Amino acid sequence: MDTKIKRLIAEVLSEMGGAGAACSDESSAPATSDTQPDDLTVENLKEQLLVPDPANRDAYLKAKGTTVSRIGIWRAGPRYLTESLLRFSADHAIAQFAVFHNVSEAFVKEWGLLEIKTKCVDKDQFLTNPDLGRELDEENTELLRKHCPGKARVQIYIADGLSSTAVETNAKDTYLALVQGLKGHGIEVGTPFFMRYARVPAMDKISEILNPEVVVVLIGERPGLATGESMSCYMAYSPKVGMPEANRTVVSNIHRGGTPAVEAGAHIADVVKKMLDQKASGLALKK
Amino acid sequence: MRLKTVLFGVTYEFQDLNDVLAKANEEKSGDRLAGLAAETITEKIAAKEVLSNVTLNDLRNNPAVPYELDEVTRLDQDRVNERIFNEIKGLTVAEFREWLLCYQTSGGDILRVSRGLTSEIVAAVAKLMSNLDLVYAANKITVTAHCNTTIGEPGVLAFRLQPNHTTDDLDGIRISLFEGLSYGSGDAVIGLNPVNDTVDSLSNILKMFQEIKETYQIPTQNCVLGHVTTQMEAVKKGAPADMIFQSIAGSEKGNSAFGLNAAMLSEARDLMLKEGTATGPNVMYFETGQGSELSSDSHHGVDQVTMEARCYGFARLFDPFLVNTVVGFIGPEYLYDSKQVIRAGLEDHFMGKLSSISMGVDACYTNHMKTDQNDIENLAVLLGTAGCSYLITVPQGDDIMLNYQSLGYHEAAALRGLLNKRPIPAFEAWLEKMGIYENGQLSKIAGDASIFIR
Repeated sequence: MDTKIKRLIAEVLSEMGGAGAACSDESSAPATSDTQPDDLTVENLKEQLLVPDPANRDAYLKAKGTTVSRIGIWRAGPRYLTESLLRFSADHAIAQFAVFHNVSEAFVKEWGLLEIKTKCVDKDQFLTNPDLGRELDEENTELLRKHCPGKARVQIYIADGLSSTAVETNAKDTYLALVQGLKGHGIEVGTPFFMRYARVPAMDKISEILNPEVVVVLIGERPGLATGESMSCYMAYSPKVGMPEANRTVVSNIHRGGTPAVEAGAHIADVVKKMLDQKASGLALKK
Repeated sequence: MRLKTVLFGVTYEFQDLNDVLAKANEEKSGDRLAGLAAETITEKIAAKEVLSNVTLNDLRNNPAVPYELDEVTRLDQDRVNERIFNEIKGLTVAEFREWLLCYQTSGGDILRVSRGLTSEIVAAVAKLMSNLDLVYAANKITVTAHCNTTIGEPGVLAFRLQPNHTTDDLDGIRISLFEGLSYGSGDAVIGLNPVNDTVDSLSNILKMFQEIKETYQIPTQNCVLGHVTTQMEAVKKGAPADMIFQSIAGSEKGNSAFGLNAAMLSEARDLMLKEGTATGPNVMYFETGQGSELSSDSHHGVDQVTMEARCYGFARLFDPFLVNTVVGFIGPEYLYDSKQVIRAGLEDHFMGKLSSISMGVDACYTNHMKTDQNDIENLAVLLGTAGCSYLITVPQGDDIMLNYQSLGYHEAAALRGLLNKRPIPAFEAWLEKMGIYENGQLSKIAGDASIFIR
């Protein structure tokens, strides 16, 4: 048991980037690039067992492989080890950042998209007033009309939703793969745009303004811990404000660890093709 | 009934009692979203002043949702003990608040008076309480209930072990369950929120829980929190359930959005008493949460604290073993930040206790709220001090299935140690027998789930 504890201590110390160094005279010198500390967020929690002397190590690790729950994390008295505490905090920080930061203007400009926004004036109002996140004022409606020709077969747009990170990470690759996939089916798409502070049902409003056959929105999902990158794609055939939610078709979990962006784009293209063929979406769409 | 008042020379007038009740609330984003909140802090205080002078009789005679319209109102009104109500109906809400707080009023006195209260009275007095008042008054009240073990005794703090899994994988659930037991959690209930609400899935999980309980002789109760109808079907087919769970709302319309009514819950309770595995007599488990009525457009223009109190009035009809608010689950449009979540947690707990139900709290939050783990650790300490019967725990606070954060398994031992509380006695004896607890605290092997893997 002693050797295991020693090993654990050695591991913890090495992951702290050499706690001993902090006490030495060199501590004031900035870290040089060749002493890059380990990133605590890259550790695969499924493979990490912090219990120092488990009754059954192999079985514990095997069982951990069946869940992403934070188990086998041990304790200091009744409290968490520092490493687990920091990992949790880091995972929460990245999730909160995904929600609370705004999609950068540079992202929208570099892509060359028109930006419009819902009736929400800021992120706070967006989070506390879901209804405003489905509506457009006259100025934004006019901008949209001027910029995007109506009656496209497929109108695709990007919206921040509850994760800006997800959109910044996945929207462009998904969009490009989707457009390419539709081209393969001989289907042209309308001019894309970006909508800030937007909820899913805003697509009904877009549909009423631009009258496309199918509306497709790529939108950030509410993040779980450490999964701020997950994006969804909602689609509907000629949606109207107030239509049943069951008329929407969704492809969710678009991110590196779920369905990768390019793969998702190709899949969505096939789904859109079906919608156009069947003139239907949601529960009414036959597989 | 006086509906206006003057503060700093300004006159404030309110439309009706529901308007007073709503505007007397501490700030909640949900009341603002519903268009019911006070415009200014002084208007809020004006509403509190008006409310403080309203009598309990006025509150009884003006239920938030009309009697003719709503089953929850009817059942609440018809349950009242008229003799006791007549003794207290002349009190103002201010006087009632002071009666609850004064040294001469015991927990037993409060439980007796509780028989004479409607949900609107319970909500009204909560609105005049400060946070410490809510903690202080709730701590006076002891509500015990018995399923296989007894919950709610003074000096006891129990925990629900919630081993949720993203795909209901039995091995994944089992290791999370073992982990929780190894930290001393699970005396309130071993309760899982399933991904698949099917009879087969629920039955398989219940069978595994039963097998684990029998193998290790664990004195506790189990539950798989599917829809009430699915659980009933599973029990009828022989699944070993100790309790039946359901999410409930404070209006008939809200309950029908959840696919239920009172008759259905009575039937579920009868079924459990006849075909359940538990000793009883308390075999029901309910969850609630401020804002759920607004989210299903079933709030009838009533504020979320009053609607929440009505959930407890409804719950008490079915003699539940457990009721808890899932306080921060619903999102920032109802509870914006840590201040609002902490306030709601204390209000809900107090209102539950004052409604004579066995009350716990899921101290929790989502990632789109301005809250973090520190805030709900604070709330947990407050609730432990308020005599909360049980709290919810998941591995390190991270619920991988519901994508929200609650308290962790570790918190069970830390809070009990800190607040001088113990597990449910039968469960504590089991923890000692298994070597997980030693002299009332975690032993050297506690936290090693592999002691259960053979």
